Amino acid sequence: MLLHLITYASLAVFALAVGYKAYSLWKMPPHLRWELYPVAHDKNASYGGSYLEETDWWNKPRYSSFIGEMKGMIPEMLFIKALFENNRPLWYRSFPFHFGLYILIGFLGLTLFGAVLQLFGATFVGGFTGLIAQVTALVGWVGLIVATFGAAALLHRRLTDEELQDYTQFSHLFNLGFILAALLLSVLAFGVSDRGFVLLRGYVAALISFNTAAPVGSGLVAVAILVGSLLVAYIPLTHMSHFFTKWFMWHKVRWDDAPMTKGCAMEPLVNECLKQPVTWSGVHLKADGKKNWVDIATEEIK
Amino acid sequence: MNRRIRVEDISKISEQLTHVAKEDLMPLPPPYDKPETWPDWPALTDKQKAQAEYTLDDTIAIGIPHPKSKEEEDELVRKFLSGLEKLFQAQNNWGFLQPLKLSMDHCAKCHTCSDACHIYEASGRNPVYRPAYRSEVLRRLYNKYVKSGGKLLSAWRSGDIELNWTTVARLAELSYRCNLCRRCAQTCPVGVDNGLIAHEIRKLFHQEMGIAAKEIDEKGAELQLKVGSSTGMSPEVVRDNMDFIDEDMSEKVGFKVQTRWDVKGADVLLIHNAGEIMAWPENPGAFHVILQQAGINYTLSSDAVAYDGINYGLWYDDFLLAKVALKHIQAAKKLGVKKIVIGECGHAHKALTVIADRILTGDLNVPRESSMVMLRDIVMSGKLKLDPSRNNFPVTLHDPCNMVRLMGIVEPQREILRKIAPMFREMTPHGVDNYCCGGGSGFAIMTPYNFGHWRYNISGRKKLQQVLNAFGDNCKPGAQNYLCAPCSNCKGQLRDILFHYGAFEKCGILYGGLVELIVNAMTDAKPGFIEWEWH
Repeated sequence: MLLHLITYASLAVFALAVGYKAYSLWKMPPHLRWELYPVAHDKNASYGGSYLEETDWWNKPRYSSFIGEMKGMIPEMLFIKALFENNRPLWYRSFPFHFGLYILIGFLGLTLFGAVLQLFGATFVGGFTGLIAQVTALVGWVGLIVATFGAAALLHRRLTDEELQDYTQFSHLFNLGFILAALLLSVLAFGVSDRGFVLLRGYVAALISFNTAAPVGSGLVAVAILVGSLLVAYIPLTHMSHFFTKWFMWHKVRWDDAPMTKGCAMEPLVNECLKQPVTWSGVHLKADGKKNWVDIATEEIK
Repeated sequence: MNRRIRVEDISKISEQLTHVAKEDLMPLPPPYDKPETWPDWPALTDKQKAQAEYTLDDTIAIGIPHPKSKEEEDELVRKFLSGLEKLFQAQNNWGFLQPLKLSMDHCAKCHTCSDACHIYEASGRNPVYRPAYRSEVLRRLYNKYVKSGGKLLSAWRSGDIELNWTTVARLAELSYRCNLCRRCAQTCPVGVDNGLIAHEIRKLFHQEMGIAAKEIDEKGAELQLKVGSSTGMSPEVVRDNMDFIDEDMSEKVGFKVQTRWDVKGADVLLIHNAGEIMAWPENPGAFHVILQQAGINYTLSSDAVAYDGINYGLWYDDFLLAKVALKHIQAAKKLGVKKIVIGECGHAHKALTVIADRILTGDLNVPRESSMVMLRDIVMSGKLKLDPSRNNFPVTLHDPCNMVRLMGIVEPQREILRKIAPMFREMTPHGVDNYCCGGGSGFAIMTPYNFGHWRYNISGRKKLQQVLNAFGDNCKPGAQNYLCAPCSNCKGQLRDILFHYGAFEKCGILYGGLVELIVNAMTDAKPGFIEWEWH
């Protein structure tokens, strides 16, 4: 029962931490434009062009391509395109790590699906449910092996690359070590006790049916689940939360090329920001804590 | 060079944190492929060292006076800390808070950014010039002194650092070892922007402590706001100078050229970088030839500040940026123009079109357009009679970072060159992947102490390599190669590095703007607008 509670708590911590961080970023004040080209939704993204290349661009309808954004985002998310193009030695390590984790997320989705089927009485012997069980096992093992290789390769680089050593803190080693330990433990536990991930499916079924008294069926698998649960809770509390903050990096900064137009939704938000009192101490600003941004920006310099 | 300089070493008192020796520098193509052909780089003198903080590297950009006492040191450190806190407060830094927080919190420390940086590469991969080095210093200070639980967790979370006067003084200097070109940000797999962090450090120092490079502050933005232009030209002087330019242009092209001033209701308010009027008068002159012959209803403004498009606040002070931008807008509103067109100046383009955009609410948002766009329209419209054979010499194009990578204005200037320059060839890489000229973020006008030599040897080195490669097939004394740089600051930097290496004499490389090439091809004008003489 304690294991079930820990898993529930881990999932809750994960959801709350991601939700809180995303909300904190979302509610931040509007910022000045700081885009970086190519901007994927622009019709001239192929060469990095923008609407500012057009004559009287302010009189023309704004073009924003969702497909263009997907063309920019999907290769970045799935294949870490920027790393592939700019740091190939690291990509050989980072790509299997991240792609392995994506496969494992898919594996957990399949396991969840199987657990629901199990609650509805599926036997997983032949037929559709049998196929699901086989595919789940295959995906799980591929994900575990690929991610484990990637995590080990990344940790190896952190420990051996001289250029990285001065920028490697204990937290980096701990993070990678934690992930690698969780993956290795899973390989060991499921390899020894649950090669078809049947026990795991049963555990997930118990979780979604709130049957917290159901035994896991293997002490080793229980330990792997425990470590995995703790890892799920830990990741969003660290800089590894870039798995979702990257969305803000791209959509809210690099690709945020929306111009200010009279009466647009951003205008009142900016006007509110401009009314805030300024406390910078630079003598040239003559900020007294009462003057706001507009007061200072419109004051003559003599 | 000591390749093992750790982030925390910035706090440790030593004669000099790092040094770049001649043999460390990135090699150059012929005729500069032997280090003995590189001009010498004078070291800082003892007198210069006595004047200002110098312990970062081989040069001084800002020249912060040495504190006179321990109390003064402590006070400066306290002020720095106070500024650091304000950098992360919405009321004091709402305009950059979200991008800054994202970049501070998510660096994976993978060093992918390093190889994208022309300064890091040109210095022979000096660890202090990594884009991530200064960011990491600020990040550690932020984690330790600003973030909750900082002192308890910072060493584990992000590595330790000591805050003292040495750290502060070196960090101030280090913020002026980055051109803010943001090429590094383009390559980051997580989206971290070390250029932004350098920009924010500069802001902290000026907005809280009044510390900035004199050339861009006292002699730049402040002077512009006081007398009308960073060149020191008052409204009367600028009109006089333009009158002389009109006379000169009329003689050169063979018909009368008359600059239009303060025309109410004109379609276009054209704003030049006033440095052009002083240093390269043929550039504004060529602009007015083109606009006059194309029948464009344009005007200049003789209001203080509005005849100088520069906006140095872009690099170090949000408030100064806003003040100058508002002056430009006020002039446009006073004249009732339909749009502002910005001349050949990259940072003026970005400051007024992009960075100031969101503070220009309501009626302040006068449309702004790039001169590249207007010139493209004129050249393609057939309004000018052009003979490309007059430009029958190798031409390459420098992409100003502000205009290209940071605004996406890539093709208009190329469309023009493809039409008027039959021997146009691209640099490698180019467009949004270009390299900075090495003069970006104010460096082009900064020559204190021996900082000019740092620019020629390090920040401008990659661009020199690119230019030499572009003209590699025609690099010989007496050749005619034209380096087209549609940006005043870039031209200043290119002039300095070409002169420093004698590239005009050895390779025949002349630099200039885009409009000069257009006028050079105009059949209405006398031939030979471009004079193949060093200037």
